[in-house]
Amino acid sequence: MKFGMLSRWLLVGEWKAHLTQAAVAIIAIALGVALGFAIHLINTAAFNEFSAAAKSLSGQSDLQVRGAQSTFDESFYPALAQHNGVEAANPVLELDVAIPSSPGERKNTTLKILGLDIFRAASIAPDLIGIPAEDRLFDILADDAIFLSSAAMEWLKVKRGDPLQLRVGTQTITLRVAGGLVRTRAGQRIGVMDIGAAQWRFQRIGQLSRIELKLMQGINHEAFKKTLAQELGAQHVVTETADQETRVANMSRAYRVNLNMLALVALFTGAYLVFSTQALSVVRRRHQFALLRVLGLTRRQLLKQILLEGAILGAIGSLLGLVFGYAAAAAALDFLGGDLGSGFFPGIQPNVHFDSFAAAIFFMLGLGVTLLGSAAPALEAARAQPAPALKSGSEDAALSKLATPWPALACLGLGGLLTQLPPIFNLPVFGYLAVALLLIGGIALMPRLSALIFSAVFFAAAKSTSKAVPILALARLANAPNQAAIALGGVLASFSLVAAMAIMVTSFRVSVDDWLKHILPADLYVQTAASGDTRGFMPDEMKAIAAARGISRADFFRSSQLMLDPSRPHITLIARPIDWTDPANTLPMTGEAILPALLPKDAIPIWVSEAMVDLYDFTLGKRVTLPIGASSPTFIVAGVWRDYGRQFGAIQMRLADYQALSGDRKVNDAALWLQAGVSTEQVIESLRRLPFGSALEFSEPGQIRALSLNIFDRSFAVTYLLEAVAIIIGLLGVAASFSAQTLARAKEFGILRHIGVTRRQILGMLAAEGGLLTALGIALGFVLGWCISLILVFIVNPQSFHWTMQLSLPWKGLMTAALALLVSAAFTALVSGRHAVSGNAIRAVREDW
Amino acid sequence: MLELRHIGKGYASGRRVLTDLSYILDSGKYVAIMGESGVGKSTLLNLIAGLDTPDTGEVLIGGIAMSSLDDDSATRLRRKAFGFIFQAFHILPHLTLSQNIALPLLLNGISGERIEERSEQMLVAVGLHGRGRDFPRQMSGGELQRVAIARALVHSPKLILADEPTGNLDPDTARDILMLMRAEIKANGATGIIVTHSHAAAATADLVLILTKDGLRPADSADSAASHLLR
Repeated sequence: MKFGMLSRWLLVGEWKAHLTQAAVAIIAIALGVALGFAIHLINTAAFNEFSAAAKSLSGQSDLQVRGAQSTFDESFYPALAQHNGVEAANPVLELDVAIPSSPGERKNTTLKILGLDIFRAASIAPDLIGIPAEDRLFDILADDAIFLSSAAMEWLKVKRGDPLQLRVGTQTITLRVAGGLVRTRAGQRIGVMDIGAAQWRFQRIGQLSRIELKLMQGINHEAFKKTLAQELGAQHVVTETADQETRVANMSRAYRVNLNMLALVALFTGAYLVFSTQALSVVRRRHQFALLRVLGLTRRQLLKQILLEGAILGAIGSLLGLVFGYAAAAAALDFLGGDLGSGFFPGIQPNVHFDSFAAAIFFMLGLGVTLLGSAAPALEAARAQPAPALKSGSEDAALSKLATPWPALACLGLGGLLTQLPPIFNLPVFGYLAVALLLIGGIALMPRLSALIFSAVFFAAAKSTSKAVPILALARLANAPNQAAIALGGVLASFSLVAAMAIMVTSFRVSVDDWLKHILPADLYVQTAASGDTRGFMPDEMKAIAAARGISRADFFRSSQLMLDPSRPHITLIARPIDWTDPANTLPMTGEAILPALLPKDAIPIWVSEAMVDLYDFTLGKRVTLPIGASSPTFIVAGVWRDYGRQFGAIQMRLADYQALSGDRKVNDAALWLQAGVSTEQVIESLRRLPFGSALEFSEPGQIRALSLNIFDRSFAVTYLLEAVAIIIGLLGVAASFSAQTLARAKEFGILRHIGVTRRQILGMLAAEGGLLTALGIALGFVLGWCISLILVFIVNPQSFHWTMQLSLPWKGLMTAALALLVSAAFTALVSGRHAVSGNAIRAVREDW
Repeated sequence: MLELRHIGKGYASGRRVLTDLSYILDSGKYVAIMGESGVGKSTLLNLIAGLDTPDTGEVLIGGIAMSSLDDDSATRLRRKAFGFIFQAFHILPHLTLSQNIALPLLLNGISGERIEERSEQMLVAVGLHGRGRDFPRQMSGGELQRVAIARALVHSPKLILADEPTGNLDPDTARDILMLMRAEIKANGATGIIVTHSHAAAATADLVLILTKDGLRPADSADSAASHLLR
């Protein structure tokens, strides 16, 4: 049989006649695939570049010995260099050094500087060797020389021979740019110095960050690593390059997975749109398909024909999606950077690479969801008995299976059950599945719900009004609920997603704002730089600050990094004055704390963030050991606090305990409370007069809050984009389903025109139908979105990022979005309907179908 | 050619339309079936075409029992041996007239050249020469029914089933269409069954049968007189 030609005729004929509907389906799929593919490409490019950049700093070493704290004593280096099985050992001091900002400016920038022993590094990390000028070969050992990567030179706007100022504590030191480096990755900003010079200049005499080891040939790496770790004890960890990759992967995994899930949600909405377009298009052509069946087209051929239509839409949409996705990824990396503003991958310049395997996956995903969306209408059309289907009025019966509520209720029930399951590999897999099931169940329940609701409204309206337009509109919605439900589903899907994301983001933002208010109780905060390893105050400087005029109380903080698990990012240790009789005064506690009287005498109290409970099982009352000081004493978890700043874990302890254990007297930041009647400006002025006053940076709590919320908004910008996409797809759905329905109802409108209904009344009826459907979609979408937001707030977020939050509803924003959607949908319905009333009414009645 | 053996058919609502209906129709005959509304004329056509199955009895086409065929086989038989003409012309709106007429040829696997040639022949036969590239929206009701007749006959089927083919047409056009239909059925040597309320339509048939709840019987003069009174 010439099925190919017939198929082509039918496809071309349909698409020529209804190009807009085909285009809408293609755009919806293209948007979903483009978002998913772009986010995948951005994540992969950023992750690979960050991982490669981090790896390049370890050279060609087999193992790295690191301290559990950020630096350790170099005294055991000689023994390690001569250890049995070690061919070469390369000591490294790695520091993030602050770049001084000009007065009044608050710059959060640091330069990564490596202190290397040139003679050792030559064999293990030859790429990181500096290239001195031909007449100054000894610069590689000079104590004032620094070699910069070309990206660093460009960023700092310096060249060979220029001075470079860096901040160390309250001091500013000046180094000389002595040249470039042998080879670094594009965009990688690093500097290299002689290790002795770096230790001296950055006040790290006798300190190392790591020792890189190259093992002799034939040595079993795994066995050597195990033995060495036992020999070194808990104060040191032995890592491989693979551990570093795992650490980088763990650092950003939850963020990346969340973004991918949001993109998949967009693809899901697109798939629903394809389903609704295909379902309504099949319903519209029900008589035509019945005729083809009568003329001899078999069920299988009809099924094939409708699926082919869907597959072609899916293939074109997916291909376009891949092209747009690639372009969007390239643009986003260019304008927003690899972390889309979230701060996960600082200091790298990733480039987008076409990933053909991922492209194939996303293409199949786009095609797959389109075929799934087409399958239900195709099966219905193929199963329909041709003789009854040839008669008019069977359209809504074609969708009658949609009205069965049981699959929908099963989805909702299963979704509810899945919310009770724990995460898998620290990812809220069941949480996301529950969201998907709630969406599917909610949409699938629409035909039954809309029939019930509109029937009741119709019944009530029929008693109270005799106006034609509302009665006609309500009669249609009540008596053809399945077609109405398809349009409703699009509104429901998009509004529930918008509501869920808006509630989640608002809950998070309000919680972060409350948290910031709690953790910033002082009147003024002082530091020497916003970040970096070399910032901080010495004891005499602390005394001077505390004694400055106008200050009633000064608290000092010491924060440092601890590595408890080589495969996870560092955790943060914060030492500060804490009132252990009432820690909630200082810390945003999530529950009860253990009071001093109940604490054992032989353990030091620590208060841990929620992430420590999830990731390290540091539960309330548990005894733990931490690599602080030489003796690794026992600590007890005395309370759990909420931390939105460090998702990989943080521990707070009393500064006095920390100093007693570590002997470290240095602090990083100061929180100042002012005497009554003294202004912030007066205190800043008096602190500026201190000998080191010019190195101080001041922040008021309001400024820190504003800056933090600004960063929050920037990192959530991508979710706003996804919300906008969901709204656009939802409106496209309304447009597609209404134009499909009005096309199919041309004869109905013709009859109405014959019996005296004016064009204006028909348009009014369509606008009323659109408005009523959208209003119901919004109301039910809000309920569904609220349920989904509960999963996002209380399951997905704690399981992904290990923090809890309170629920807050953005009523104003939701009302605005609802109103905008309502007006747009009624308008869309109206515009779609104009086509139906613009033709000749008599012609419409006599139309063949 | 067509044999109806003790056909019985009722609907889920409990309404029985056909009871123990038997009839044998020879090849090459052109028969009109008349009867009151709801007596089961269209149902009978659907049963003959294999679009519906009888509760009791059998429909035999060329000695083959339709009930012995599965859906695919019945579809293939319909594709090859049947031609259909409906009251609501059922012309696919997005295909040209030629393409609409060629549908049965395509379904029967006829080659491209032959399709064009045969479609053109049929367009000439139904008086639409040169209109093959037009779309249905440009046609009048009578013209659309001509296209439907061309489509029903293009693949030279053995049995033509027509359900109220002139129900949507004015009397002059209806007369033209009926004459055309008869001429084409005869020219193709096909068997024709036309279901109609119209005596004018029935008059073009070789034989008029009346369908009642008791079965099929040839029409007599009383049927004609009664219908004239009703008019």
